[in-house]
Formats: sequence, structure tokens, C-alpha cells
Amino acid sequence: MGHILDERQMQVSVAGKDARTIDCNKVSLAGSVSQRACVFCGSRVVLYPIADALHLIHGPIGCAAYTWDIRGSLSSGPELHRLSFSTDLQERDVIFGGETKLYNAALELIRKHNPKAAFIYTTCIVGVIGDDVERACRMLQDETGIPVIPVQAPGFQGSKKDGYKVACEAIFKLVGTKQKSIPAKSINILGDFNLAGELWILLDYYRKMGVHVNATITGDGRVDDICNAHSAALNVVQCSGSMNYLAKLMKDKYGVPSMRVSYFGIEDMSDALYDVARFFKDDEMMAKARQLVKDEVSRLIPELAWYKAQLTGKKAAIYVGGAFKAISLVKALRLIGVQSVIVGSQTGTPEDYELIKKLCDEGTIIVDDSNPVELSHFVKEKQADIFIGGVKERPIAHKIGLGFCDHNHERKEPLAGYEGMINFAKEIYATAMSPVWKFTKTSPSPSKGGDVR
Amino acid sequence: MASENKIINKTNSESPSFGGVGGGFVSTRNSCKLCAPLGASMVFKGIEGCVPLIHGSQGCATYIRRYMISHFKEPVDIASSNFSEETTIYGGSRNFITGINNIIKQYKPQVIGIASTCLSETIGEDIPGHIYNYLEANEGETRTLPTFIHSSTPSYCGSHAEGFHNTVLATVKTLAEYQKKNDHITLLPGMVSPADLRYLKDLLADFDIKATVFPDYSETLDNEYTSEYQLIPTGGTPIYEIKRMGNSKAVIEFGTTFNKGVSRAKDKGALQTAGEWLESTYYIKNHQMPLPIGITATDRFVSALKEITGKELPEQHRKERGRLVDAYIDAHKYVFGKKALLYGEDDFVAALADWCKEIGIEPYYFKSTDFETLREEAESIKPDMLLGNSKGYYIARERKIPLVRVGFPIHDRFGANRMHHLGYRGTQELFDRVVNALIEYKQENSPIGYKYL
Repeated sequence: MGHILDERQMQVSVAGKDARTIDCNKVSLAGSVSQRACVFCGSRVVLYPIADALHLIHGPIGCAAYTWDIRGSLSSGPELHRLSFSTDLQERDVIFGGETKLYNAALELIRKHNPKAAFIYTTCIVGVIGDDVERACRMLQDETGIPVIPVQAPGFQGSKKDGYKVACEAIFKLVGTKQKSIPAKSINILGDFNLAGELWILLDYYRKMGVHVNATITGDGRVDDICNAHSAALNVVQCSGSMNYLAKLMKDKYGVPSMRVSYFGIEDMSDALYDVARFFKDDEMMAKARQLVKDEVSRLIPELAWYKAQLTGKKAAIYVGGAFKAISLVKALRLIGVQSVIVGSQTGTPEDYELIKKLCDEGTIIVDDSNPVELSHFVKEKQADIFIGGVKERPIAHKIGLGFCDHNHERKEPLAGYEGMINFAKEIYATAMSPVWKFTKTSPSPSKGGDVR
Repeated sequence: MASENKIINKTNSESPSFGGVGGGFVSTRNSCKLCAPLGASMVFKGIEGCVPLIHGSQGCATYIRRYMISHFKEPVDIASSNFSEETTIYGGSRNFITGINNIIKQYKPQVIGIASTCLSETIGEDIPGHIYNYLEANEGETRTLPTFIHSSTPSYCGSHAEGFHNTVLATVKTLAEYQKKNDHITLLPGMVSPADLRYLKDLLADFDIKATVFPDYSETLDNEYTSEYQLIPTGGTPIYEIKRMGNSKAVIEFGTTFNKGVSRAKDKGALQTAGEWLESTYYIKNHQMPLPIGITATDRFVSALKEITGKELPEQHRKERGRLVDAYIDAHKYVFGKKALLYGEDDFVAALADWCKEIGIEPYYFKSTDFETLREEAESIKPDMLLGNSKGYYIARERKIPLVRVGFPIHDRFGANRMHHLGYRGTQELFDRVVNALIEYKQENSPIGYKYL
């Protein structure tokens, strides 16, 4: 595989052919053009949807500018999270220190917006120039009476995944600080970010089952609910890459058990409901869940059968942030007759990749922390018809003449839950069946130089 | 009245003052500016065969790629030297070497453009030293090494606009050489759209003027469908053309502010534009002028071309000007006395403001501001429209007034790279869009609706 850099050879494997476990959980290789972001990004995207908190980014302007309103996380109430605040450090601040500026900036913003809590993110150079952000936060907390939480996220201290951990630690500082009585059969939803209102679909399902949802972390998130999150009987964790650590912290300190779920595709969505009912050992709840699944699925099946008839034989490439999502996508695609020929993620664990290997057909390329050179080569080699990924993967797909489905932060149509499954099928169908592909297949324009070797 | 210039000079983020100036906040709230390495990356994308490398954390490259891809809808491969904690403590030379080696292996570039970041600048990375050492270590290699260009772009100094201009300067300084005077000219257009670049090249060709236009990302960031993933997209200013800049007959440089908005401890007193450098180094007359938006500004540009070459404006362009005057007359009432709030890069905004005055629109704009300040100022200005990039949309939405999207970034509309702003042609397009936005607004808000203007 000449298109794969030597140091990356072990991060690629082929299902059914390679017995070895894929190499992952390592820093990106310099010069490889990784699709990953940084620690700061990881913490920012996880905390971002907490809508009644102030999010202030301590550093030069770029980090704040590129994450302004970055996720389509909807809020049913306050929208303070959609404002981007930065201390916008200047050369003078870098030389003389930015702590005072941070203190003044945060104080002013807290007084203006009256948030329930403030998250202060530190970026690459803050640690290097020696600002004592912890102290500034303590002073601010004393001054304002609200929790002011440092989010230590210098970009160089690992990868995006390490940022998730930093975010979990920040959230955990709030957990247990308030006590409110809630119904016994209550859960926290961890790891849904309410993109395109997906969380609200889930809330509706759980409500129908008679489950009380306590805190939603962090989609449509509220500080007070998070403070009382320890009162829930169970943590239901999606996007496990980002939220498993918070679940672990809550288990260790407050004894709250947790379970991993996914809301993508019929199978995983239904399991997410059954597993909760099973946890509460509640026959009535289980009966309601069964009824709900029956209603939804009987409505869905004929529609999906039609899509499956149209799409059978199509091949998909998947490259997404979290491997757990990739697993759900493989299953959801199979439901509509689409075979996954490439499955990759930015932040998968060895367990995730082993699962993918077992799940996928022989010959499927499995890849960790890939890049445009590899991905463009893989999709050509496997003759994929559709690419499922995020913003940075779209031009790779389109330049080669592949359909593309956005499964990232910016999506505007919900893809979770049962109605999400239909939306997903519609989107795959729309991109696979568009008449525009006749121009890419019949008359490729001659290309000159610089192509994939 | 309408011709009065409404520049309001309210420093905010650029000021090291902690108290804020003139009601401004200490923090930057919804920044208008982006960071310097983004501007550098855009320039590097305008050099033929060039791969940009951002020397810093992985996130910088990824954020900038994502930001540019969302605007250009094209592949934007930018490498990172991927700093870790260890790199930050012990220095980035090893990551630099690995990064360069991997870029060469994957991309075989003719040029590697290296931009620094806040992190690498703060820890004192000696990038010219790294380049020197790399070249020395690889001396006598049979493979041809790429040309290295280095631009110093810490994000705590200025904005993406400074990053852009500093990188134009750095490239010209690195490559331009003097042999003997030639009859071609150099055009440094600044940060304009791919369509604008194509227009400028067409205009020069129609004039029968040989010219080097730099940077030229008209193809690299707005390519045809290629059916292959071009690792380095075709297009860009060829190196030999940048080299021969030292021989050009004259330089035309668009802009009035350039990289001079922010002084840096490092280069104090040495701030120059690329055009000024060519003038002071090779004694080539530099014609510095505002971006040619509007008839007056374009006439000035055309006069300069005539003066330099002795050639006349080609007939089809003379007619474009004539049609523009005709359109001004036909539509003057729809725009006269309207108030427009402008924002964007300083050079761009200054040119837009002059154009607004030319057609009877009152322009309002602020130096070094952020969107929240603009939002607050809009309360008292009560503008009829916004003229700027897509990030001001939330203000237009709140005020229920039209936003005419121009410049960079346009993340919420399609076709940003095909949008013209410059010359008689670009002004015509801009004028039509502004007029129609105002007419549409009136029509939509009319109690009866109407079918004629």
C-alpha cells in the first residue's frame, strides 16, 4: 500500500484478511494531513450545547472564531452558548500575561449575561505563558457566586479525544452540587448533542415509556440539571467516546450505573429503549417500549423496503469522528441494502475496531485517523458509490464523483431515532440516485498532474 | 449628506487596555476577524504546486481547512506539524522534519509554504533555522527538494488579513529576483474571490498585457470536476512567474491598510507591503490603490493599466462600464439614501464604502470591531441592509433586514467562489444584488405585493 505512509501502515487493516488488531489511540503523524482537530476542539464541542452557561475562550482569536456556533445544537430556551467570547490575546498580553484581561473579560460578561455557570477554556499558549487560570476562576467564582470552571484544553496536549475527557472533568465539577428530588425511574442522557433536534425525538420516546429524563448532557443542556445529574438512576450513554469517562466518574463517586446505546438505525434505537426498560425491571415500561417499537417499525418497514429495493448493491465509505457511530452506520446502511466497504474513524478504540471487523464483510478496509490521500485512494480502490462523513470529507467525495451524506455537526435533518432512519434512507437515496452523476461517469474531464498515484 | 463617510473608529480587541474603549468590551464577542495562519494558507493555496504546512497543533490546520472548505466547497489539504506536549517543551524541529518528509512522500510538492502559529511563535521556534537545517541535511539528494517559503503568522498579531499580506510579502521576498527588466506587470490583488481573479486575468488578457497575478487561487480553490482527487489541485501562480516579479515593469497592488494595522515587537518599523518591497528593492514603480469596486475605483485601475502599457481599454470592457452607468441610472432611486452597515477585512470594507458613496448609499463601518458591537451599534444606526460575509446573518435576521453576502466567508450560501466584486463586471453584479435585495425587501413587506417595480 504505497499510498499509506510507513508509520501509518498498522493503522489500516482489512476485514477477514488481517488477524492483527489495528493500531490506534495514538497521536497523529506530522505531515500526514490528519482529519482530526485538537484537545480544545474536543472540549469545546462537548460543552458547547450547555445553553445557559457562558463559554469564554482564553487565547488568541482563532480558537474562538472557528468554533463560533459550530454545532447545530438546538436549545429549547436560552441561547447563550451560540455567542463566541474570546479574550483575543494580543502580543502584549502574551509577553506580560493575560490573567488580568481574562478576569476582567469574564467578570464583565458574567455581569451582562447572568449565566448559570461559566466555562473558561484555555488554549495552546495560555499554559506556555504561565497564566494561572485556576486562580482567576476561583476569584471570579467568589466575586460572582456562580461556578466558574476552568477547561484546561491546550491543543497540543493530545488529540480531540483527550478534549472529551477534559470536558467530562469540567462537567463533573458541577455534578452533585445541587439536590432536587426527581422520580425514581429517571435517566440522564449522555452524549446526544441535540443536532437538528434529535434529542427531542428521544425525549418523546422515553416519555412514552414512562421514563423520566433528568439531565441531558449536553444537548439542550442546562447547568441546574447537570448539577443534579447524580440523582438519576441510570446514565444512558451515546457517543461513548466522548461521554464514557463522565459516566465512569459518576459511577465511582455517586454509584450511578451506566449503559452504552446508540440511536442510529432501527436495531440500535430499539435496543436503547429495551435496555432501559430491562434496567428498571419494569414490565409495564417494557410493554410500552414494545408497543412504541412496534408502531414505529411497522410504519417504517414498508418505506425502508422500498429504499432497500432501490439501493441494494450500492457501496458506502464511512469516515466519521467516533467509531461507535461508524458501527451504527454500518448496521443502518445494511438495513437499506448498502454495503460498507470502508469504515474509519478519527478516535476509535481497539475494541471498537474489533467490533467493526467482525461486523463488516470480508475485504472492508478499516482505518484509524486517516487523511485525504488514503481516503481518496480507498474509495477508488473499493469503488464506493457513497461517502458518509463530515465537512472535510465532502470535497474528497465530490471531486471523485461520489455521493455524500453529511453525518456531522452541521446536519440540519435529524438522523437519530425512527424518523431519523427514514431521513437517512432518503438522504442516501437522494445522493445515490441523483441524475447529475451521469456527467461524472460518462465524460470525466481530462485531469492533469498531481493526481493520486 | 449621503456622501458623508461614517467611519467610526472604535478600537476593541487590538487595544491592550483591560477596560475596553468607548463602551467596548474587554473580550471580543463574535469575532469579525480570523487568525493569521488562515490568511497565510490562502496565499499558499495560490502558488502552483504548493502544500501549506502549519507549524503548531493539529487543530489549527483542521479548523482552517474546515473553514475554507465550507466557503470554497473544494478540497483544502493543509498539513500540520502536530505539536505534542513534548514538542512544546523540547521544540519542534523533529516534528518539522517528520512533517516535511511526510508531505514530500505523500504530495511531491514543488513548494511547501510554512506558516507559524501562536504556539510555535511563543515557544520561540526558529523556522528559518529548521528550513536551513533540513536543506543542509538533505544536500546532495537525488530527489529535488521543494522550495520552502516561511511566513511568520502568530494569531495574536492582527487578523487573517495581516496573515494574508505578510505571506504575500514573505513569498515575494523569498522568490522574486532581478535579471533584466521585462514588459510584464505584477498584479497583487489581495484577498479576493476566485471569480474576481479570473476576471482580472481576463481583463489583462483582453488588454493584451502580460502579467503575473499573485496569489492566484482561482483554480486551486475553485476547480472543475476532475474525477480524480488531485492531491495538489492544478492552478496557482507558477514559481517562475513569482521569480520574475523582480523584473516587472510595474506593480499594481490593491489595498490601503494591508498588514499595517498592527505593529509587532518583532518587525517594528519594518512593515512593508509586497509592492512596497518590490519598489524599494528593485526600483519597480508600485501603483497602490483601493480594490477596484465601483466606477471611480475601477477607472483608477484602468488608468494605471493605460499609463503603464500605453494600451486602451478594450471595447467590450468599455461597454461593460457603459452598461454599469446605465444600470446606475435606472436603479438609482432604489438605493439612494439607504444606510448600509459594512464589515469584513479593512481593505475590502474601505472599497465597499467608497462604492456605496458612489451610488448614494450611506456606509457605516467600524475599525477593529466584533459582531456583537455591530449588533449594538445597529440599534442606533438602524441600517437598511448589511453588506458583508455570512457571519453577520444573525444581526440581519434579528433586525429583519437584508444581508447581501460578499467577501469571505460565505458559509450559508452556495457559489461564493463564483461571486464577482471587482471591476465594472463585479460592480455590476454587486449593484444588481444590492438593488434586488432592497426591492425584494420592499416587496415582501408591502401589504399588497406588486408585479412591476
